[in-house]
Amino acid sequence: MSSELIIKFLVAAVLAGTPFLFGTVGEILSEKVGHLNLGVEGMMAIGACAGFMAGYVTDSFVIAILAAAAAGTLAALIYGVLTVTFMANQNVTGLTMTIFGTGLSNFVGVYMLERSEGGTLKLPERVTAQMRNIDIPGLSDIPVLGELLFSYNPFVYLGLVIAVLAGIYLYKTQTGLNVQAIGENPAAADAAGIEVTKWRYINILLSGAICGIGGAYCSMIINSGVWLRDSVGGLGWISVALVIFASWKPINVIYGSFVFGALRVLKYYVPKNTYAIPTAFFDALPFLITALVLVIASMRKSKRSHIPAHLGVNYFREER
Amino acid sequence: MKEPLIRVVKKAELGRKETLILRLEAILLALVAGGLFILCLGQNPFVIYQTILTGALRSGMAIQATVKIAIPLLIASLGVTLAFKMRFWNIGAEGQIIMGGVFASYFALFHSGWNHWLLVIVMFIAGAVGGGLWGLIPAWFKTKYDTNETLFTLMLNYIALNVIVFLREGPWRDPGSQGYAKIARFDKNASLDRVFGIQFGWIIALVLLVLIWIYMNRSKQGYEISVVGESQETARYAGMNVKKVILRTMFLSGAVCGIGGMVQATGSDVTLTTAVAGGVGFTAIIVAWLAQLNPPAILLVTILFSILEKGSSVVQSSFGLSSDCADVLQGIILFFILGCELFIRYKFVFRGKGDVRA
Amino acid sequence: MTEQYAIECRQITKAFGSVVANDKINLTVRYGEIMALLGENGSGKTTLMNMLSGIYHPDSGSILIGGKEVSINSPVDSKNLGIGMIHQHFKLVDVFSAMDNIILGSHGRRLNRKSLREKIEELGHSFGLEIEPEKKIYDMSVSEKQTVEILKVLYRGAQILILDEPTAVLTPQETEKLFAILRRMKEQGCAIIIITHKLHEVLAISDRVTILRKGKSIDTVVTGECDEKKLTELMVGRPISLNIDRPRMENRETILKVVDLTVEKSDKTIALDDISFDIRTGEILGVAGVAGSGQKELCETLTGLMVAKKGAILYHKENIVGKSPAEIIRLGISMSFVPEDRLGMGLVASMGMVDNMLLKSYSEAKGPFVERGPARELAEKLIDKLGIVTPGVDMPVRLMSGGNVQKVLLGREIESSPQVLITAYPVRGLDINSSYTIYELLNEQKKKGVAVVYIGEDLDVLLELSDRIMVLCHGQVMGIEDADRLTKEQVGLMMTGARAEEVLGAGDDRVQKSDECMDAPGCVSDEGEEEKA
Repeated sequence: MSSELIIKFLVAAVLAGTPFLFGTVGEILSEKVGHLNLGVEGMMAIGACAGFMAGYVTDSFVIAILAAAAAGTLAALIYGVLTVTFMANQNVTGLTMTIFGTGLSNFVGVYMLERSEGGTLKLPERVTAQMRNIDIPGLSDIPVLGELLFSYNPFVYLGLVIAVLAGIYLYKTQTGLNVQAIGENPAAADAAGIEVTKWRYINILLSGAICGIGGAYCSMIINSGVWLRDSVGGLGWISVALVIFASWKPINVIYGSFVFGALRVLKYYVPKNTYAIPTAFFDALPFLITALVLVIASMRKSKRSHIPAHLGVNYFREER
Repeated sequence: MKEPLIRVVKKAELGRKETLILRLEAILLALVAGGLFILCLGQNPFVIYQTILTGALRSGMAIQATVKIAIPLLIASLGVTLAFKMRFWNIGAEGQIIMGGVFASYFALFHSGWNHWLLVIVMFIAGAVGGGLWGLIPAWFKTKYDTNETLFTLMLNYIALNVIVFLREGPWRDPGSQGYAKIARFDKNASLDRVFGIQFGWIIALVLLVLIWIYMNRSKQGYEISVVGESQETARYAGMNVKKVILRTMFLSGAVCGIGGMVQATGSDVTLTTAVAGGVGFTAIIVAWLAQLNPPAILLVTILFSILEKGSSVVQSSFGLSSDCADVLQGIILFFILGCELFIRYKFVFRGKGDVRA
Repeated sequence: MTEQYAIECRQITKAFGSVVANDKINLTVRYGEIMALLGENGSGKTTLMNMLSGIYHPDSGSILIGGKEVSINSPVDSKNLGIGMIHQHFKLVDVFSAMDNIILGSHGRRLNRKSLREKIEELGHSFGLEIEPEKKIYDMSVSEKQTVEILKVLYRGAQILILDEPTAVLTPQETEKLFAILRRMKEQGCAIIIITHKLHEVLAISDRVTILRKGKSIDTVVTGECDEKKLTELMVGRPISLNIDRPRMENRETILKVVDLTVEKSDKTIALDDISFDIRTGEILGVAGVAGSGQKELCETLTGLMVAKKGAILYHKENIVGKSPAEIIRLGISMSFVPEDRLGMGLVASMGMVDNMLLKSYSEAKGPFVERGPARELAEKLIDKLGIVTPGVDMPVRLMSGGNVQKVLLGREIESSPQVLITAYPVRGLDINSSYTIYELLNEQKKKGVAVVYIGEDLDVLLELSDRIMVLCHGQVMGIEDADRLTKEQVGLMMTGARAEEVLGAGDDRVQKSDECMDAPGCVSDEGEEEKA
């Protein structure tokens, strides 16, 4: 591969990995308070739809992002009410959220398509202009580095900022310590005077907002501003698995998501004729590697593992 | 300091009848919520609900189509039920259906000349083995390394899907296909016969229903599944070989799903496509959960969901609302059922006095 | 003008479903006073205290703190009122350090580690508590964890301290240390409530005692004016003898011989370290030890649930190490095991009695199907024989009371006529009546010639019930002695790592006296009485 191609590949990897950046950081926030949310895919789908449609209707990129975050938050609210207050099974609630969210997203998509001109939905020029890569004068012009580090669309930077902020929140503040205690031992957190329910809601809703924005990336960027069904298409699920890969640390998500982004785009950069590897293999690769990561992570489980001890278990204060 | 607005308090557990009534109330509420959703789209919910019902049942043809939808869903729901009873979160029904379809398709494509009934039986077994092996993979890793099965089975779904893509574009590509690659239509000898105008699979599904019902409630292995599901410690204490139970049950769970794939490919599609599972594996999870893992109830919920699915396609053609609304309505119903479970063991107490029970 | 109490509870009532846990309870505690809350398991002590700490909310009645009526809706409210509770099951985050646990729930910025560390050490110093702030909870012993719990409460400046069964998991020596700390806190003006059902501790530490029985407050007495007998009567509601029988059986034979047994846990840490002992028919072997000293692993290895790394368990010269439970049964050794975690291991919580009867025998039926008929009969037989209270044999056992659950479990195990019966903490959480029923059942088995292993935590009971005592510490055997040769203090020392030789050498006169007792039957219970007084 020529160096030019390598740079292209790396840039493509960053772009392909960005959905994970959102999805995984979001899921970490939820898992840290003990809530395994398998609805990431659904929350992202809802965010994808809300973001795209808001951009389509209002001509504003900022409103699109806000709408995606708000829709993701609403979806997370459903999950939160059911699992926190109604103590419903987290696995089933999350799965239902995925089916519901994907269905709703596609449903609204068809609804809008039927009412569109020409049978396609395309984001207005004004919005695409705002999503274009940010040119940072001076920095973006540096050869190689400029292209590698300073030539992305605003989502990428937003994702990085969110990951860093989430890392500081969880691991550097007193609030973060309190929040982590909830996922580890809610009864202990409760007895220590931490408002378990309140913080569970806060984290779950934040998680929804972040996933929603990640969804908007899928619908608005990946298909170059044209609405397509199932634009999230399993990326939410990989995000859930990536949490393990990142051992519950938002900072690790940054490189984790770009590794997986690289896997997604690898097929376009492997010389076609030299190896007779079918494209289906490359398409399956992120999922294969994720499965592998799951196995490896489970092989080296220990007492000090990073998985929140009470993940997936609802908490009822009066339970004895 | 004020008393909190709402508190959750434990109460005496509801009996079976009250629980059933509670769930029916929840479904009713879900339909109301779904109705509000339809209202928001500027449609009359009563008309839409009526269209769904009549659309699925208005004619013999419609009923046949509804049953056709119900067959793989019923089989897959029974399959995941086995795993769920063991609290093994088999989200991989989708992949197991696909692999069942793939294994069966091999014989349909390359041994279509065999005696018809021999071929059907071989395809049936191949489907079961394909799905079973695909279910065995996560189970093996679970028993060996305690690998999280939820995510693992999920990843296997996508991998299975790409197996079909690979076969379609490579070794099994129909040379006669132009443009898009596809797999050839099966020979008539390799497709399932029809009984009452519907493919034979519905009989397979009903037989499986009875067998699995007996297996879960009466057999030693079924008892083992229940104990392992409740507590692996207890199972170990009782002298059960927990790993063996997990492996066996997941093989069976996958095998049943695989049969679903075989029935769908050879009975309904008469070819193998990437849509052989088409989300049935996920819907099956909802069905199994709604039916509380009880086979007769699974039949009932499957019928309801199939009506919803078929009816939604009619709604699409008559009102221009995408059939995706079936997913949305299913989701809403399950949300309400999940919410109502709380009231079986708990109640809300509002500030002041008065206990309220949904 | 009435006296201003630190805590005053008036007519507190709390029901769980149909069970009234607290029925119009009254309680007062002064500053600078240690109040003991005495009552059997299930009498409502913990429920009452959980209302003070904001875990539960009372259905009716009022709570006054420092003379002011308050409503405690959450642990936050409780904390703000200066109430600190130390729960029986510690509420600590295992993967955090002691320091992080202590500051847990604070608001605002995190203090820097150095100043925080100094602050905690200083606080510990002033109460005579030793602590390593950076140590992780999962590396701590039970008593270290308790120290963290106490510091947690002190760090928040609590003036009212509630301790729920704080001594249940401590050795007698650790208990003494805890009491010294409590006395110091009392001198500093704290109001302290200590929940316990151990009478001698009540007498040793408290100023006043409030007795609860079946959810009602029976009486409050000044400790100095009463004795064990009176307290027992108040607690149980009638005069009862607290002696446990110890029938002496002749011709005890070794049925199982454990030789150089070493067992590793799944994380490769050593659970049992080269231990040897034997189990005899017609005898109760008591096993004492601080929680987590290898008791669980011992049970599981004996019953074939865990595989030993090294060593042998001999049954008539045949080694059963490495054999599965099923193979052990096939050898003709019928071993029954009543695990400590009743609903997590011994029984299937969501199944009824019938299906639970099947648990260990389901595979004996011929053919692929289970036979529920005989199981149903057995369940009904047990209900009659042991007086189990349940609305029906198909009612999930998790809805039954603790005592009944234990009877179901023990009953099932005894019905299989075992030669060896292993019981782990069989009376944990049971009231006195149920406990005595269990002791009688065990003695009955012993009289039938069954070899009984009794793993317990209440040393008084262990010493009275067992014929021999084996003390475990960090997976090692500290000694095996006849129970009537040992005192509670000696067992306590052994539990924390002293060898039997050292301990027995120190208390010579005691040993002498016990030796004399050996030949005189009836002397045994007198000895028990003396020790308690």
